[in-house]
This record gives sequence, C-alpha cells and structure tokens, in this order.
Amino acid sequence: MRLIKNFTLATVALGVALAVQAAEPLKIGLVLTMTGPFASYGKQVEHGIQLYLAKNGNTIAGRKVELIIKDDAPGTAGDVSKRLAQELVVKDNVDILAGFVLTPSAFAVAPVATEAKRPMIVLNAATSAITTKSDYIVRTSMTLPQVTAPLASWAAKSGIKKVFTVVADYGPGHDAEGQFKKTFTAAGGQIVGEVRVPVRNPDFAPYLQKVKDTKPDAVFIFVPAGEAGIAFMKGFQEKGLAKAGIKVIATGDLLDEDVLDAIGDPALGVISSFHYSEAHNSPENKAFTAAYAKAYPKDRPNFMAVAGYDGMHLIAEVLKKTGGDAEADKFIAAARGMKWTSPRGPISIDPVTRDIVQTVYIRKVTKIAGKLQNVEFDRVADFKDPGKQ
Amino acid sequence: MGQLDLSPLRRASSWQVAEFVFWLLPIVAYFLFPKSLALLSQIAIMALFALSLDLILGYAGIVSLGHAAFFGLGAYAAGLLAKYGCGEPLPGLLAAALFAGAAGFVSSFLVLRGTDLTRLMVTLGVSMMLYEAANKLTDFTGGIDGLQGVAMKPVLGHFNFDLYSKTAYWYSLAVLFVMFWLARRLVHSPFGLSLRGIKQNVKRMPAIGAPVHGRLVLIYTIGAAYAGVAGALLTQTTQFVSLDVMSFSRSAELLLILVLGGAGTLYGALIGTVVFMVAHYFLSDFNPQYWQFWLGAALVLIVLFARDGIMGMILRLSASVAKKP
Amino acid sequence: MTVIFDGLAAGMLLFLISVGLSVTMGLMNFVNLAHGAFAMLGGYTCAVLLSRFAVPFLLAAPLAAATTAIAGVILERVLYRRLYAASHLDQILFSIGLIFMAISMAHYFFGAGQQPIVLPDFLRGQINLPGLDIGVYRLFLIAVGLCLAFGLQWMVSRTSFGAKLRAAVDNPRVARGLGINVDRIFTLTFALGSALAGLGGALGIEMLGLDPGFPIKYIVYFLIVVAVGGSGNIKGSLIASLLLGVLDVAGKYYLPQAGAFVIYAVMVVMLIVKPQGLFGRTAAK
Repeated sequence: MRLIKNFTLATVALGVALAVQAAEPLKIGLVLTMTGPFASYGKQVEHGIQLYLAKNGNTIAGRKVELIIKDDAPGTAGDVSKRLAQELVVKDNVDILAGFVLTPSAFAVAPVATEAKRPMIVLNAATSAITTKSDYIVRTSMTLPQVTAPLASWAAKSGIKKVFTVVADYGPGHDAEGQFKKTFTAAGGQIVGEVRVPVRNPDFAPYLQKVKDTKPDAVFIFVPAGEAGIAFMKGFQEKGLAKAGIKVIATGDLLDEDVLDAIGDPALGVISSFHYSEAHNSPENKAFTAAYAKAYPKDRPNFMAVAGYDGMHLIAEVLKKTGGDAEADKFIAAARGMKWTSPRGPISIDPVTRDIVQTVYIRKVTKIAGKLQNVEFDRVADFKDPGKQ
Repeated sequence: MGQLDLSPLRRASSWQVAEFVFWLLPIVAYFLFPKSLALLSQIAIMALFALSLDLILGYAGIVSLGHAAFFGLGAYAAGLLAKYGCGEPLPGLLAAALFAGAAGFVSSFLVLRGTDLTRLMVTLGVSMMLYEAANKLTDFTGGIDGLQGVAMKPVLGHFNFDLYSKTAYWYSLAVLFVMFWLARRLVHSPFGLSLRGIKQNVKRMPAIGAPVHGRLVLIYTIGAAYAGVAGALLTQTTQFVSLDVMSFSRSAELLLILVLGGAGTLYGALIGTVVFMVAHYFLSDFNPQYWQFWLGAALVLIVLFARDGIMGMILRLSASVAKKP
Repeated sequence: MTVIFDGLAAGMLLFLISVGLSVTMGLMNFVNLAHGAFAMLGGYTCAVLLSRFAVPFLLAAPLAAATTAIAGVILERVLYRRLYAASHLDQILFSIGLIFMAISMAHYFFGAGQQPIVLPDFLRGQINLPGLDIGVYRLFLIAVGLCLAFGLQWMVSRTSFGAKLRAAVDNPRVARGLGINVDRIFTLTFALGSALAGLGGALGIEMLGLDPGFPIKYIVYFLIVVAVGGSGNIKGSLIASLLLGVLDVAGKYYLPQAGAFVIYAVMVVMLIVKPQGLFGRTAAK
C-alpha cells in the first residue's frame, strides 16, 4: 500500500516537475544592431524573427518564447556586444544567444557562449572563421567565400576572361577578393587589376575611371549591403562603363532588396551570386514574401530577414528534437546535420563545421511586374563554405 | 619678505570627506549590483579615459577631437602583447602607457601649434589617419573584425577574468583609483597650478617665468598615456580589440561625457561618465532613437545654461549651502 | 585628363558645401559644426520637392536653399546668438548637440535609408571628348560653383552689404557707432551661410547620397576645407577645395593603397606648415 502511495506521489511530483519545466519560458537573447549606420541590418533580422513567430506561434516545444533584444550599436564595438551578451546570460538567464549582425560582435561574444555554455546562433555576420571560435556556434546566414566562389566559376565558364576586382577595404572585402581571385584564376581567368576602396566612400569615380582605362571584360565588386552599392552603381552608370562593354558581376550585397529600388534602372542586367532572392520561385518563398509584405509593407524581404527567419526555425526544430531542452551540448548535437527547406531553397547545417550549407544562385536583375528583382538562372547546390575547406 | 601663505592650496589638496564617501560607492556597488559588473567595469574604464581628457582639456585647455587615437594605441599595444607572448595584465598596462605616451609626445609638436580650430582639425586628422593606417594593416591588427587570439593570464597570477566580470571590475577599479590618485596629486602640484595659469592666460605665463610649451607637451604626453592605459584595460577585460577603439565616435562621446560632468575638476570626468553610461544603458532599452535626440538636447541646454556641467552645479550648490549662516 | 576634371568637380562640390561654413566661421567667428545638418536639411527638402511635389530640379535646389536659410534665421535668433561671445569649445559642443538632434529628427521623419533622387535627363550622362570624359552633372557643379564663388567674392568686396559686414566683423562696437545694424548683418550672414549649406546639400545628393548620418559622415571634409583655406576667405576656400578635391581623386586613382589617407595627410601637413590655413584670415577680436 505504502509502495503504491509513494509511487503515485513520486509520479505526480515528477509530472509536476516536468510540467513546470516544460512551462518554463524559452528565453532567447538577441544581440542586434538596431541603431546607427547598420540599423537597417538589425531591423531586417528582427523582422525575420518576428515573422516566424507570428506564423508559427509563440510557443516552441511547449515553452513560451521570450525575446530579449539588446542593441549593440554601433555594431562594430565588440566590447559593447560582449557586455550585452554577458548581461543576457548572467542577469536575464537566457537559454540561447542569437543575432550578431557584424563580425566583431560575433568574435567578441564567442568566448561568452563557450564559458556560459549557451548555444549561439549567428544570424548575419559573414566571416568564415566565426564558427571556429566556439563549439556552440551555429550559423544560418552565409559566408563571403561561399557566395563568391560560384560567381568566379560562372564568370570563367561564361567567356569572361579579364576581370578587375573592386572591394571594400575591410575583412569581408579581403575575403571576397581573395576567394574570387583564387577561384577565377584556377578556372583559367585573369585578374587585370585590383583595388580596395575605403569602406566609407561616397564617390567611386576615380576607381571606376581606373577600371575603364584598364578595359577588362567585367568588374567584380564587393561592398557592404546598403549605400555603397547605390554609390557604385551611380558611378558605373555615369562613367558609361556599360557602354564601354564592361559588365558588372557582384555578390548579392550590391543588389540587396533594401536598396535595389534606390539604385533603380541602372541595376538592370547586372549579374550577381547570392543565396537569397525575393524572386526565388518556391512555395515556401511565396508564403514568406507574402507574409512579409503584409507585416512590413514599407520594406522588402532580403537575405538578412531570411536568416532571422531560418534561425528561429532552427531553434524550433532543434527543441522539438530535444523535447524542449536547450542545454548547449544537446542543442548543438541536435542541430548538426539538420536539413530543411527555407524560403531561400534547401539548406542544412554542416555536421562538422556547424556552418550553413546552401544553394548559391547566379541571378540577373530583371523587372517583374514593374519591380526590380534578382531572377535566378543558374545555381550551385549544397555549397559548403570554401573558407574552411 | 614674509613667507607665502600656502594654506589655501594645502587645504584644496587635502582629501575631503565627500571624496572618501565617493570612493566607497564603487565598493558598495559591487554588492548592490553583482549581475551588472560588466557594465560597471566598462564605466570604470571609460571614467579613466574621461580623466585623461580632463587633464589636457580641463586643466590645460587643449581641445582635442581625436583623443581616441591614444585609447586605441594603448588598446592595440595590450592586445598585440597578449597575442604574441605576454598575457600578463600588468606589463600590458605599462606597455600601453609607454606606447601611447610616446605617440602623444610625438604628436604634441603637431597639435600645439596654431589656434583652437587648427588644434581641433589636427587632432581629428591625426586620429583618422591612425584609424586608416590600422585598417590598412588589417592582417596585423585584425581590422574591423577584431584581433584574434588575445588571451589574458590571471591578474597577479591568481584572478581569472570571469563571466561575471568580477575580476575585470576590481582590476579596472584599482587601476582607476591609482591613476586618479596620481592625477590628483599632479593637478595640485606646482606643475598643475602652472597649467591652470596657462589655461587662463597663456600670454602672461612666460612673464612670470613659467615656460608654456614644455609644460603643454608634458601634460599632453601624460594625457595620452592615461588614455592608453584605459584602452589597454578595455582590451584586457574583454579579450578583444578592433578598429572601433580608434573611431571618431569614441572621441566625440568622450568630449560629451566630460562636458556633462564638468571639465577641470577630475571628479567631473568620473561623475559625467557614470551619469552618461547609466542613462544610455536604460534609455537605449526604451527607444534607441530618442536617446540620441535627448542627448543632443541635453548638450545644447548644458552649453547654454549649465556650462560647468554636473560638477559645476554640485560645487555651486555646496558653496551656497556653505554660505548659509 | 579625366582624373583632373573629376577632381575639380569633387572639389567644387566640396566648395559648395563648405563655403557656407567658411562664411559663418570666418565672418562671424562661430565654429558651427552643425553646418552639415543644414546641408542635410537642404538635401531632404530638395528630395521631398522632387519626389512628392514633382518640382523640377533646377527649381527645387534653390527652394531648398531658401528653406534652409529660413531655418538658419530662426535658429540664429533663438539659439546661436547667445553663443557669439562664448569660447570655441562651447560653440563646438553646442553644434554637436544640434547635430544629434538633427540626425534623430531626420531618422524619425525619413527613416534610416538613402533618399533616392532622379536627376533630369539633361543633367545626366557624359560628353565624350578625345582623351577626356566629361560627366554632365560634374560640369554643372563646376559651373554653379564658379558662379557662386565669383558672386560671393563680388558681394563681399564690392557691395555695401559686404562693406558693412567686414566692418561689423572687424570691430562691432565701432560699426554700431557708425549706425550699422550689426545684429541684422549677422543674422543675414548666417542666413546666407545656411542657404549655401542647403544648396550644397541639395546639389550633393547625387554624388554623396543622403541619409540621416550625413552631418557626421562629411563633417571632416568641410572642416578640412575651412581649416586649410582659412576661415572667412572665399577665394581661399575655393582654392583649398579644388586642391583637396584633385589630390583626393588623383590619390585614389594613382595610389589606391593610400585611399582615404591622402586627404587627412594633406590636411595635417598643410596645418603644420601654415597653422592659419593657406590664406588664413580669422576675424580680429
């Protein structure tokens, strides 16, 4: 009799404990740049996150999702990002750290993730080496080498023999330049000139003049997504490089949907390589873009929004697998090798590097229904980050 | 000829009760806010940085929009030292002070020419050139992404830099106090007094036998060294340094803090830092955009109506209280 | 050579934006770092007129200048006037405060992104001469700049307003004694400086872009021009701007590794050699 009573008591206690544990909210600490020069990046990532929660409900594996957003403006100050991450862990007791719009932010916070044993989901920062800085990092955005290499291969294949590279003078720019040169020359192409432009550069005229004078078949350009792209395209048009027979090939940062309209018609015909386009033709993307247009009518969905969206999806799927347990080792173990179809196409998390594996598309800017879009016409599927191979 | 009456100077240089109370506050803060030590350490570091600007601006009247250059040089000195061999914190501070101080010494010859406007431009120009130079050397400095491999050994062989920033806090606070104590002695010394004379009437000083240029060079060097130590502290406590430490916004923010707190009083720098950073912390959670607007408005109002900042208001208040019979 | 031409055009744009600061700084001895905020106001006004009211560009730009002048008058009467006697540091801090307020307001009303504008067709494209490609808009900027430079110089040295202004700057007390309304002159001068800023901002959108961060992004450039050219000196500003423009563009073309370095290095060198600027002439106090 006593045994049954004890057993029942124990079961009830366990049940209550489990229920209490399951009811514990899932706290996700987001370190995003919401103000300052990179405010639009943080805004897009947040849009993607909120969109996922709006679509799939605010509960993951029985736990209510609680987002705690910290603004690490200016975004380039690692000390600020690190302090915010520490507070999220120590004060707010978050289960998961996510966000990280720029590389310094991710680099600075990595040791916090390791020491505090929390999963860290990178939703934008694009430097290859980030995922090597902590065993608890998983990335759902992209890396520069990953989107650059296919462009170089495509260019070599398409009869472009001589290329002049123009990149912004900072880490990601150096990454892009290095990867492009490596892949392009390996495929038989020739780099006839290279230049690194200051990151804050309003006027590309002198650089474009140099390009024009060198007469390459194409100019490869990488600049951070945003106003630099507009300035470059304006300069390109003004200098009449297209008339001189020089093509523009770029990573998709140049033609980010956020600024594509501001660039306007000069963007038509420009070829780029990227992992996401608003015009991607799939049911998942149609649903995603429709929901986005409804929720944020003044903006266009772009690759940062998708990364935020997929980051939440990752968290949701992992927690379903672990039964709501966000403990770091279990989380990472469940995340490795996870595959799903994102609005951008099929993606997966590399089981060894914990980095994103995705399809990189070659696109051309075309007008569809009066709106400028990056229309995909070629692809490299399941492409891993070559920066780590 | 009677003896000169130095007692008012001695009184000014002796420690007041209010000062003892002030320095007890950080100790109390440790126990009151154990989960916010990361923020408190960065406040301490910023306070040291503000102190360094107060020495050159508040006491010697040298206007600088590029003081972050020395902060950055110190930060990189400490970071590179830690990366390439010596992870000991204290030698890092020393290296930073020497390196930044040397840079200050060299640039003082550029900076101390011309008018206030020229000085403003030259300090700005020099700091931007350093920023661009460090960016060019991205392979060496890590550029905007940050220097990799900054690994710090425990302070005094014992205290590891931890997740709660306990070590970071006591370390930064200790360094701040020592440097403050030194600065306090400096400004109350004959050298410090001559600086105040220079600030008030630079043309008169040579007439009373006080060489101006040499003293300005010295205080600029000291101010640079102080900023370097602050930068080193930031690198060591966060094990991270990137180009951002040399950015223009760090210099501009510093100027704001000093004005808010009141230049020329040492304590103004400390108080300004605390008020600014705490306000920033709370307000940026509410609505980051409004923060910038109110900061701008506050600055305009301070300049128009409360020129000597918070310290000024405190001193005036205490003076009027003291006057009451 | 196209590079020289581009450099001249860049310098001319720099002049257009900075001359207003040279005017207020030199003639009124007021360090107004918020000059960029006035330029930004001109820019946004022009962009709104172009996009929402379909005003032709050649009308929108002067209207933007006029609007900025009005804003300048209001601010001068209410705020700036109190700080004429203050130290340069105070003026700097005050103007930085204004910059922050301006940036926040721009962000609030227009969002963080770039304001796109579309130039009229006759201002777009290139004229291709043998060995020299001339951008039409750049040519336009050079033309406007030269007209403005000559106009301002003529106004300051030949008109009675200019004479009164110089008198008021040299010695306000005596000028008042002669019956010159110094306060009104200062207000008008500030309005002029603001109008020039607004015009520069409007004309600069095409080449510099327009977003809430404008005042801080370009503050360094106009300060460089004023410091090197000597404040208050219109001819000096013109020559300094052109020189800096050409050196910057040529530097980027021939020595791209040096990049942004060149312009700062040039400034520092010039200030070491001539601390008062190339043609320095600060108002006597």
